[in-house]
Amino acid sequence: MSSATLWGVVVGSIAATFVWRLIGAFTVKFLREDHALFEWISCVSYAMLGALILRMLFLPESDLASLSLGVRATAVGIAFIAYYAFRQSLLAGMIGGAASLSILAAIQ
Amino acid sequence: MIWGLPGQLVMVELASTGKGVVAAVFACSLANARFLPMVVSFLPQIANRSFTLVQLIIYAQLLSINSWAMCQRQFPTIEPAHRLFYYLVFATSILLAAAAGTLIGYHAAVALPNALVLGLIFSSPLFFALVLSSTARNAHRLALLLGCLMVPGLHAIFPSIDLLIAGAIGGSVAYCLRKRVERE
Repeated sequence: MSSATLWGVVVGSIAATFVWRLIGAFTVKFLREDHALFEWISCVSYAMLGALILRMLFLPESDLASLSLGVRATAVGIAFIAYYAFRQSLLAGMIGGAASLSILAAIQ
Repeated sequence: MIWGLPGQLVMVELASTGKGVVAAVFACSLANARFLPMVVSFLPQIANRSFTLVQLIIYAQLLSINSWAMCQRQFPTIEPAHRLFYYLVFATSILLAAAAGTLIGYHAAVALPNALVLGLIFSSPLFFALVLSSTARNAHRLALLLGCLMVPGLHAIFPSIDLLIAGAIGGSVAYCLRKRVERE
């Protein structure tokens, strides 16, 4: 693919992502504040992000796809156990999860 | 600037397989459409209509899942007057960290053992999962769960708009049931 085409893709993608944020900013500026609407949109956001996270962890398109579902699920489980065992410590959850995945990946 | 990993992945994949500029850009846009509800649900917590449009656009552009999730978690413990400052400092810090991480990661990825690289890649979605699942609101937890449950089937049928459909249906169901689940 030529350099010009690549630049076209990158610049186009920047604009195509920015447009959602722009619409969002306009909505907040010009829509009358309606708590029910914002509450619904919050729920929609959480549902979309839940779907995204599940996809990233269990239907990955990144290099994580090289690891089996069992390995990824085990690492996620260990992360949550560490997170709650240390009173919702993000550091404990992150270290527990990433370290267990690395170890499992190394011995796989 | 594109500021959304799934969109970046899709863009790179389609661009590198020669599917054309329009297809890559359109797919990236769909993948990053989640920023619309994220911005709309988040901005009222730090700003309102009295702010200029330029200010709102800047705050919107700084938003990522990391800052969205962290602020949703932390804002109940922060006075409303300080929330904007917290968000701006947090979002700018992680933006700088992301830029530095990109530079370091680009060079280090080939030098580090593969298992370590996989652990680092894993840490990003793991962070989202940990932070978002700790939300205090049961309605939001329900929405998260419904999104998770719906996406495997939707991904098989509508791979490019599965997130949008899961969000719309899962979010709407959670919204309708919000009073019922909060009472429990």
